[in-house]
Amino acid sequence: MSLLQGAHQETSQAARARAALLAWPEFNKPAVWLVAAILLIMPFIASGFFLIEIFATTLILGTIALSLMFLAGYGGMVSLMQLTIAGFAAYMVAVFGMSANTNISLGWPWWLATPMALVLATIFGTLGGALAVRTEGIYTIMITLAIGAAFYYFTNQNWPIFGGHTGINTIATPKFWGVDWRSDIPYYYVTLGVAAFCYFAVQYVSRAPFGLALQGVRDNPRRMAALGFNVNAHRVAAYAFASFIAALGGVLQVWNYRQISPGSVSVGACIDILIIAVVGGITRPIGPFIGAFIFVILRTFALDLLVKFGLDGNRFRLLIGLGFLAIVFWSSDGVIGLWERWRRRATATDKRPGGGHGHG
Amino acid sequence: MSGWRPRNTAAPPKSCDPELTRREKILTIKCGVCGAIRMVRKREPKRPRRLGGRYGDGRAATVTGFIERHPAWALILLIAIAVMLWLILAVWPPGLEEAIGRKRVFLNAVFNGITLGSLYFLVASGFTLIFGLMRNVNLAHGSLYLFGGYVGYAISVWTGSWVLGFIIAFIAVALVGVVLQIVVFRRMEGEDLRQTMVTIGLSIVFADLMLWVFGGDFYQIQTPNWLVGPIELPLVTAVRSSGEAVYLRYPLVRLVIFVAAVVIGIAMWLALNRTRVGMMVRAGVDDRDMLAATGVPIQLVFVVVFALGAGLAGIAGVVGGTFQSISPGEDTRFLLASLVVVIVGGMGSIPGAALGAVIIGLAEQLGSVYIPTYAIVVTFLIMVLVLALRPQGLLARR
Repeated sequence: MSLLQGAHQETSQAARARAALLAWPEFNKPAVWLVAAILLIMPFIASGFFLIEIFATTLILGTIALSLMFLAGYGGMVSLMQLTIAGFAAYMVAVFGMSANTNISLGWPWWLATPMALVLATIFGTLGGALAVRTEGIYTIMITLAIGAAFYYFTNQNWPIFGGHTGINTIATPKFWGVDWRSDIPYYYVTLGVAAFCYFAVQYVSRAPFGLALQGVRDNPRRMAALGFNVNAHRVAAYAFASFIAALGGVLQVWNYRQISPGSVSVGACIDILIIAVVGGITRPIGPFIGAFIFVILRTFALDLLVKFGLDGNRFRLLIGLGFLAIVFWSSDGVIGLWERWRRRATATDKRPGGGHGHG
Repeated sequence: MSGWRPRNTAAPPKSCDPELTRREKILTIKCGVCGAIRMVRKREPKRPRRLGGRYGDGRAATVTGFIERHPAWALILLIAIAVMLWLILAVWPPGLEEAIGRKRVFLNAVFNGITLGSLYFLVASGFTLIFGLMRNVNLAHGSLYLFGGYVGYAISVWTGSWVLGFIIAFIAVALVGVVLQIVVFRRMEGEDLRQTMVTIGLSIVFADLMLWVFGGDFYQIQTPNWLVGPIELPLVTAVRSSGEAVYLRYPLVRLVIFVAAVVIGIAMWLALNRTRVGMMVRAGVDDRDMLAATGVPIQLVFVVVFALGAGLAGIAGVVGGTFQSISPGEDTRFLLASLVVVIVGGMGSIPGAALGAVIIGLAEQLGSVYIPTYAIVVTFLIMVLVLALRPQGLLARR
């Protein structure tokens, strides 16, 4: 399949390149290239505040929400513990790496602590998933929410490992090759790279045999079982994959804020991830990033905006909640769905002037 | 004879087996060849009843059935109950006191656990009732609890009456429930996931509205004078060297609330098992469509159940505000509690909610006394254990 494999004929290589392009429809659209180019040259347009507070945060939250999108969109399992897994990874970076809380942190170098955190968080998420798949559908939300909430209260209570309600502060970030990877521009590229990697990984897995089988499991588990697929194994594997993505997001997040406390893994924050994914749309991997962008913009500017309209600036969460309710009420597939419907209607009216309406 | 088939069922009636107790039932069967119909007596073996139903009843038959089917578990349970009773009733030998501390501490933890369990039961029973009938995982249930607490506080400050606070909180929160059911959930019936998402959105909106109105302060509802102070219980905590027994002193208000929760639980059980509306609710839990087809105004039943469930959360809010406090964040705490209680006890089952509430309340209190930094893990482990052994919950039918 890959281009590197057998390139002895010029023509077959071109054909393969074309096939690869067809397999990744993103590469055919000019809009996608435009967005990619803008994201790449962003450090030269945006100031440090925008770069980190808006774009890097969007990419991090988008990555965590992407893991939920993968589970919900392709696996039909709405898991509210994705942020908990990310938070677990963040805590593990803090516990194994270096921080101001020397009685807790083990002081490992980052290249040892980070993989350790990723592995442990993936295991944690997989175990949680194995628990959640014992029941189905609507119960998944309840169990994953219970896991998330239990983890929050646990981190609050536990001092020896998780540092109680003050958490762990001043966590060391990687510095190598003469670059401080937490300074604005390198950090932005790190988040962009990780987010892009996760995005394409989800895109790839969704078309790989495993992803197709998972979508089959989502649509008709009994039939898939009858066809000889191990339904539960597919679901648990999906949790493992999503946990890894969430863990990557968590590591980025802890490098961003350099501290982790129970507030970062609170139930509200878990629900924020669901809101991001649902507002963006859980049918496509790009949805969570759009949702994260809207969420971050709202969170950052809602205060000023509300004050400007003469309202109480602290009502940001009310705005988020109402927006979320509106999306759930009127568009089950989020902003992407709204946009697609709007475009379909536009093309439909183009083809049939006189105002024919689609069956939407 | 092989041409004869029962009219509604695929398999022919089974042959006689004299060893089993039998119930007789008239069955029409239809000839597969000529279509003639004739009546026969169908004999079916009497199955042992399973323990509890969704709203199941704890008749003696279910207990003996349980013992018959799981003798080992029954023995373990029996021993556990006996040990617990001994720990509560007996005067502890000095060796035991050295090992796990004073008996007074233990007894207080047990009583706190049971009274906390009664609070959890009030919250979770509404949650499980709504879930059982409407398949609606109401994640805004914690918000209803908190709202009830605030209303109860406002009323009790305004009128100075604690009891009035209960009544108004029940009515106010039940009305919120009615509005929610009519305006929101009726529009998306059968769409479980969408309903759940909507309840999440609502919980965010409610939490922020309440933060707006009541601020981030802690409120505590004043306990009425006639309930203030401890009461001496006939349970010996220790024996003084003079041979004089020391009895347990425990806050009266907590005991009253525990008794009230038991009364409410029994009333709910009676309402569900002995009244016509309760019959409709139980039928709706089993098969909603069939109930609607028989002409029952099912939307009305939904509204009544939602109002009752929400109202119970409101009452629980007043209770929680009396023996703990109400503040933003309590909504999540009690949502988590009802989730865990319902997962442990069995979703949609009222006796399950009662059992789960007591287990979780005890685990939380005993945990916070004996292993403070890992108390929440005990609660969580119980949930994991139940999910691993009996994913549908302890007392659920499915």
